[in-house]
Amino acid sequence: MTTNDLGKVNPSEQPAPLPRRRFVEVLLSGGFLATAAAFIYPVLRYLVPPKVTDLGADSVVAGKVGELKPNSGKIFHFGSRPGLLIHTSGGEYRAMSATCTHLSCTVQYRDDLREVWCACHNGKYNLDGRNVSGPPPRPLERFDVHVRGEEIFVMRRREA
Amino acid sequence: MSLLRNVRNWLDERLGWDDLIAPLRKKTVPLHRLSYWYFLGGITLFLFVVQVVTGILLLLYYRPGANEAFESVQYIMTQVQFGWLIRSIHSWSANLMIFTAFAHMFSVLFLKAYRKPRELTWVSGVILLFLVMGFGFSGYLLPWNTLAFFATKVGTEITGQVPIIGKPLMIFLRGGEEVTGATLSRFFGFHVAVLPGVTTVLILLHVLLVQRLGISVPPKLEAEWSANPSARREMKFFPNFALRELMAWYVALGVLGALAAIFPWDLGAKADPFVSAPAGIKPEWYFLFMFQTLKLIPPKVWFVDGEILGVLLFGLIGLLWVLLPFFESVQPSRPKKWITGLAVFALTYAVGMSLYGYIAK
Repeated sequence: MTTNDLGKVNPSEQPAPLPRRRFVEVLLSGGFLATAAAFIYPVLRYLVPPKVTDLGADSVVAGKVGELKPNSGKIFHFGSRPGLLIHTSGGEYRAMSATCTHLSCTVQYRDDLREVWCACHNGKYNLDGRNVSGPPPRPLERFDVHVRGEEIFVMRRREA
Repeated sequence: MSLLRNVRNWLDERLGWDDLIAPLRKKTVPLHRLSYWYFLGGITLFLFVVQVVTGILLLLYYRPGANEAFESVQYIMTQVQFGWLIRSIHSWSANLMIFTAFAHMFSVLFLKAYRKPRELTWVSGVILLFLVMGFGFSGYLLPWNTLAFFATKVGTEITGQVPIIGKPLMIFLRGGEEVTGATLSRFFGFHVAVLPGVTTVLILLHVLLVQRLGISVPPKLEAEWSANPSARREMKFFPNFALRELMAWYVALGVLGALAAIFPWDLGAKADPFVSAPAGIKPEWYFLFMFQTLKLIPPKVWFVDGEILGVLLFGLIGLLWVLLPFFESVQPSRPKKWITGLAVFALTYAVGMSLYGYIAK
């Protein structure tokens, strides 16, 4: 090993970094990364909202007999989501989800078209909830309707 | 005046005031028949300041929350003295700011001011435009009315269409699976804390870059002036240009006051998750061209969902738009013709689609 006038080791001949220095470097950077992770992880978890348990009513009273004229519809609360109850001109009750399958606007019954219509992007469904024109990619979820006495019950269809 | 001079001397002794403002004194603005376009950035900045001031004023009465937001804005509009004016100015100024930001961007595009060495100025500017649109989107929800409710529902649902990251991002934005009061809290936070902070930093950077690099001259003129330096015409930034800019701000303030007074901003009906989307619902005009495009894409293109395709396409275009200067030739004498063509096409498309979206049922 050669030394220069000042008695220092020439830079080109410096030995590999001391293992001790390396050790401290690893310790420091590892500690720093751990601190950063300990900060970032809770923040990331914090950003994700807690899951709300959807009380997901399986059956609700959507309305009363006589409330809806034939060829009209109304929105009812199906748990935390809107549902659409239709009284067809044939006198039949039908119920389906009111959340458009396109971009989840709330649909409405159009008595002039006798169809279900979404105002946001002009999507149309027939009375079976089938998507018949416009951008909706899927049919609306159909619900079962039972009239018991004066009350119109709507319930989720059981998966077969 | 001696007091002013004393203050100035005091500052100069401590901070080197004269050195500090020396660059501003030397700064010049090129003078040519298109110099008017140089005002737009400044006007946008002015409108941003108006937004900050009126925004802070609105904060004195506004209350976020699904049960309070609509009522508090109603209170501002009907009970608070000049509340209607402050809110109307905030809304009008927001719209004007987005308009001037767009106009500023297209003027930079057509005058080719984004060329080397100003690539980063362009990049920061386009990101600022996106931030401003984020301001528009988040602020739109705050009055918690029906239109805002559905606009937010659709807008966040579109985010949800992006493969892989879309769904978590949508839940992050909404604060849950659905648009609820939780969404309002988050949007309020974005609108009054996150976006203003980021935007302020980026505006400082943007203005600093403009200051550092000086003002760009259209390539044709630049070639002319470098061939014949005596033809170069300039105006001192301070006070000549600054005073003119100030006049432009004064006019902007006048326009703003008139619009707010003559056409106070509507409040609409309170949002109700259990009513149908009203007929004729449309997003704000600056989202209209995207809205209309998404409407025209069929539900399925080949085997891809039309919606996903549209969203990815706009995302890709946005990214390329940010990087546009890097496709430009470094020689000022030979700017790429296709970029000018693209600029014309983009402007025509955006204006045409917006008009179509406005007229279409």
